Amino acid sequence: MATLRIPTPLRPYAEGQTEVSVQGATVGEALNDLVNQYPSLTKHLFNEAGELRPFVNLFLGDEDVRHLQGVATPLKENDKLMIIPSIAGG
Amino acid sequence: MLPELSHSEIHRYSRHLLIPEVGLEGQKKLKAASVLVIGTGGLGSPVALYLAAAGIGRIGLVDFDVVDFSNLQRQVIHGQSGLGQLKVESAKARMLDINPDIQVDTYNEAFTSQNAFRIAEPYDLIIDGTDNFPTRYLTNDLAVLTGKPNVYGSIFRFDGQVSVFDAKEGPCYRCLFPEPPPPGLVPSCAEGGVLGILPGTIGTLQATEAIKLILGIGEPLIGKLLLYNALDMSFDFVKLRKNPNCKVCGDNPEITELIDYEEFCGMPMHDHDEGSAGAEWDITARELAERLAQGEDLKIIDVREPHELEISHLEGATLIPLGQLAARLSELNSADKIVLMCKAGTRSTRALEVLHSAGFRKMKNLKDGINAWAREIDPSMPIY
Repeated sequence: MATLRIPTPLRPYAEGQTEVSVQGATVGEALNDLVNQYPSLTKHLFNEAGELRPFVNLFLGDEDVRHLQGVATPLKENDKLMIIPSIAGG
Repeated sequence: MLPELSHSEIHRYSRHLLIPEVGLEGQKKLKAASVLVIGTGGLGSPVALYLAAAGIGRIGLVDFDVVDFSNLQRQVIHGQSGLGQLKVESAKARMLDINPDIQVDTYNEAFTSQNAFRIAEPYDLIIDGTDNFPTRYLTNDLAVLTGKPNVYGSIFRFDGQVSVFDAKEGPCYRCLFPEPPPPGLVPSCAEGGVLGILPGTIGTLQATEAIKLILGIGEPLIGKLLLYNALDMSFDFVKLRKNPNCKVCGDNPEITELIDYEEFCGMPMHDHDEGSAGAEWDITARELAERLAQGEDLKIIDVREPHELEISHLEGATLIPLGQLAARLSELNSADKIVLMCKAGTRSTRALEVLHSAGFRKMKNLKDGINAWAREIDPSMPIY
């Protein structure tokens, strides 16, 4: 099972959790498991067509999954996924 | 030819001159450098203070705001005596008090596609200390189109991000975030709050990166994004790569001139509360007070967070935090007359959209939130 770090702006939609354990053999399956656990997150991560929104950045370790195999990137036990949010405060 | 240092400057910068990586040559580079700081708020405050102290010869400040009481919790370049003054003038006075040997240029104007090239023209380096998405995209695109490095910093609550976007050598902001998020999906600091010291940490890191770039020393954060969390005291780094399809710095750029995003996506222009859902949906504090006094059966839904109730609350209101609203719609009846409220009307406007898309029609947004109630109806209530 991999862990996924929820960024602060999205925590209200994940019952305040900072890290969530997610099941799945790929990044895409893990994301589906995440939004099954916290349906309020769905519209923040996916557009109406069910694609990952372009401003949602997902990193596996320190690599952007776009530079791996995207949502098809395989996940191993204990992998750490991180959503990097778009924040604009200053 | 680098400028000479006076005896007084040599004395002032003695602790720099002692470091071999800086030395006399480095201090002259700092004196010859010019830096544009966009925003003189939470991030811009420490950036401008430290760049002034470090002896950056020419510093430009862009901001069109005035110093507000609620700024002083984090915008440490401004003080109580500066309340109501232009931020750029308040900041300039403080910087010249620290270091009268530098030049501070002020631009008391909103940074837009119309003036960005003119304002940035004299500067070698840009520091993004803005508080909103439209200006961040504008700053990035400007940096790419003019070939100037952009030292980026951004904050929210306890989280900060820092990077150096230099499209000649690495990725730009758009390589990471190709488009701004739609309005409403990401809260601003005016809405979500920010730990006052957080911009101090992040702005100081931005100033550090700027000084390293000017001196040409160390490893700049090019191609790396620093993610800071104050609660965990964690510093994580992730790799950023140039996106060959990037719309502004990619192989076939589509963006060849500057864009003002707020014109077509309706995002708030800066970090202020936007308290109206439009005339059709708004109810003013006065009207709400009158209708409640007449005994009208209105269901008031407070969409703030539980900890905000201690500051102020309306009698009889039901708390459903915005983040839980979609999941708790079954607690509401679409036949009721519902009034949605929050601190200043921003979150309640979002809540109104949530209810609207669920088929509710009989609801109103308390315009400018409970703060308007405190101003107009109940002066015993604090404004926050």
